[in-house]
Amino acid sequence: MTEARAADLVVRSPASPLARPPAHPRFLRSAALRFAAIYALLFGLSALALALFLWWETAGLLDRETDQAISADVQSLAERWQEGGLPALIVTIQNRLAENVDDNAIYLLVDPALERIAGNLAFWPTSLPLNRTWAELPIERAGIRSLARVRRYNLPGGLHLLVGRDVQVRAELRDLLTGALFWALLVVLVLGLAGAIVIRGLFRRALANVSTTAAAISAGDLSQRVRITGRGDEFDRLSETINEMLERISRLMDGVRQVSNAIAHDLRTPITRARTRLEDAALHAQSEADLHAAIERAIADLDGVVAVFQALLRIAEIEAGARRSAFASFDAAPLLSDLVDLYGAVAEEKGISLRLQSPERLALFGDRELIQQAIANLLDNALKFSPPGGVVRLAAESASGMTAITVADRGPGIPPAVRVRATERFFRGEAARHTPGAGLGLALVQAVAQLHAGSLTLADNAPGLRAVLRLPGTAELAARPAATAMDA
Amino acid sequence: MRILVVEDDKDVAGFVVKGLRESGHVVEHADNGRDGLFLAASEPFDAIILDRMLPGGIDGLRILETLRSQRNTVPVLFLSALGQVDDRVLGLKAGGDDYLTKPFAFAELLARVEALTRRGKGEGPVTKLTVGDLEMDLLSRSVRRAGQKIDLQPREFLLLEYLMRHAGQVVTRTMLLEGVWDYHFDPQTNVIDVHVSRLRQKVDKPFSSALIHTVRNAGYMLRTDGQ
Ligand SMILES: Nc1ncnc2c1ncn2[C@@H]1O[C@H](COP(=O)(O)OP(=O)(O)O)[C@@H](O)[C@H]1O
Ligand SMILES: [Mg+2]
Repeated sequence: MTEARAADLVVRSPASPLARPPAHPRFLRSAALRFAAIYALLFGLSALALALFLWWETAGLLDRETDQAISADVQSLAERWQEGGLPALIVTIQNRLAENVDDNAIYLLVDPALERIAGNLAFWPTSLPLNRTWAELPIERAGIRSLARVRRYNLPGGLHLLVGRDVQVRAELRDLLTGALFWALLVVLVLGLAGAIVIRGLFRRALANVSTTAAAISAGDLSQRVRITGRGDEFDRLSETINEMLERISRLMDGVRQVSNAIAHDLRTPITRARTRLEDAALHAQSEADLHAAIERAIADLDGVVAVFQALLRIAEIEAGARRSAFASFDAAPLLSDLVDLYGAVAEEKGISLRLQSPERLALFGDRELIQQAIANLLDNALKFSPPGGVVRLAAESASGMTAITVADRGPGIPPAVRVRATERFFRGEAARHTPGAGLGLALVQAVAQLHAGSLTLADNAPGLRAVLRLPGTAELAARPAATAMDA
Repeated sequence: MRILVVEDDKDVAGFVVKGLRESGHVVEHADNGRDGLFLAASEPFDAIILDRMLPGGIDGLRILETLRSQRNTVPVLFLSALGQVDDRVLGLKAGGDDYLTKPFAFAELLARVEALTRRGKGEGPVTKLTVGDLEMDLLSRSVRRAGQKIDLQPREFLLLEYLMRHAGQVVTRTMLLEGVWDYHFDPQTNVIDVHVSRLRQKVDKPFSSALIHTVRNAGYMLRTDGQ
């Protein structure tokens, strides 16, 4: 059976959750790199969009304006031809050329044999294909080579009209612009990559802080804490949360250590006693009655050990917070009078007067059974440590949602020096040397207080002890995180 | 009485079975959930002592749930090493009648099982309890012994009522604490002893014979001397 299981484990281990699925190529597994790449990509894309927009708004606009001007020219020349025929057209062309201050207009009117009739071009450009209306061609005007944007218009009777603009300067400007934008894009690309590298570094640094701490802690050094930069940013808040968590873990670890030490110490005594009794009886019992008596005493000792274990388990259960699901609202007034009823008989027997001061109704929110047990523990102490003839007072009052339950006696009290330790598991004071108990009563009260986001205060009653258990009266107050209550 | 013990631990089971037989009961034993469920469902018992954790897939809670779904109302006492409070609540919610945490004293187990079987007989509404010359009227909430009226505090009345309802049976301190005060924890001090002795002052002291007896290492029993 065991072997079969072991074999199972061996077979299964390669698919264990520790082996990560190879979902991405290795280099993409760095979150820092991924963020940097996304940054660079976004940066590059927006730069490209900007460049395209600039180009459209400058070079593109100039092109469109030229084409519009040419089209308008062609339109009006065509109208002239319709009105006045060929002579009117020739005059208009000559007028236009004369009026053209910028000297950038190009006109050419040719007959069906492509011979020039009017215009400022010497001959019909051979490079102009017959089937195209618009073209950008190299021309030669007054001996200077240049570039022109032209539109061809066919007139009836085989005549051809060419209208255009010299765009040499504009083309140079456009080339300049294109070049500038290209270089700018290149610079942007380099900047983007540099930014990505910087971002990756920042990201890694912010995480390194957390991850080195975590690594140190998994290696066993629980004292390590994440460094807070003091900038108060998201990373600082994350670090604070992690530190709080570590704080709580180490408190719990301390508790565990303290408890295991205490168990080793405090349970050894009764177990040793039981063992000794049994061995002694086995070796030396003179009669059956002796044997019975020894066994019975050993059983009583072991019952004591069991009771201690049960109390420890209960405290641990309360501290784990699992019982918070059983919280409910209830009236604690009958609970208090029942307790006084239960312990009143004990008090009376010891000659102690047990007095109750409680309002008619006492709202509490929490685990009724645990609260009952906590108050019972306080009463038990007060009665146990009070001298005969004393007074023990159980009082309750509510203020701003919290209910304070006070148990005050006039016994020896707890010296201030050890008062903070009184709630530790297994702590027993000098006064307790000759009284029964295991030193777990106040530890339970403290655990119950913390579970309810309340508090337990031990104060001097001059003389005696005044224990005040503060508990929430409403669900909202009980919902406060336990950590706050712990620091309080 | 016929009692079924479903418990897988050999030592505990042997100890319980022997003790119950010595006390005059007829005992069947199953050491796993399957057999336990089979026995419980096929034979009539006056009570079942059921371990919470059992080997073989069927645990105590499952057995109980199955029985209850078959309208089997046999009284069930849970035995459990899980001493947590929620666990007790869970067991009682599932239809368990009582709950005892391991380790336990046999006297405690015996007392509780016997109390259960009494409860299981279904006595219907009772208005009057009588033990020897002690009479309790549950309607007028008055108590008389040998015709003489006894004045009791409300809680003393409840305590005596509990003892009278279990007359002739051992009643342990924890049973009283749970049954009369509804407390489910160890009160550390012997509070119950004090209350019983106060009750004795009123019920026994003025009369020639005692009705409330202390049972050594176990608890108390209310009975007439002749019993
Ligand atoms: N009312 C009190 N008066 C004097 N000392 C007290 C009182 N309550 C608690 N103490 C001290 O605190 C210690 C711890 O109390 P507790 O945890 O209840 O353990 P225990 O009652 O088993 O001794 C006691 O041993 C005692 O020294
Ligand atoms: Mg105590």
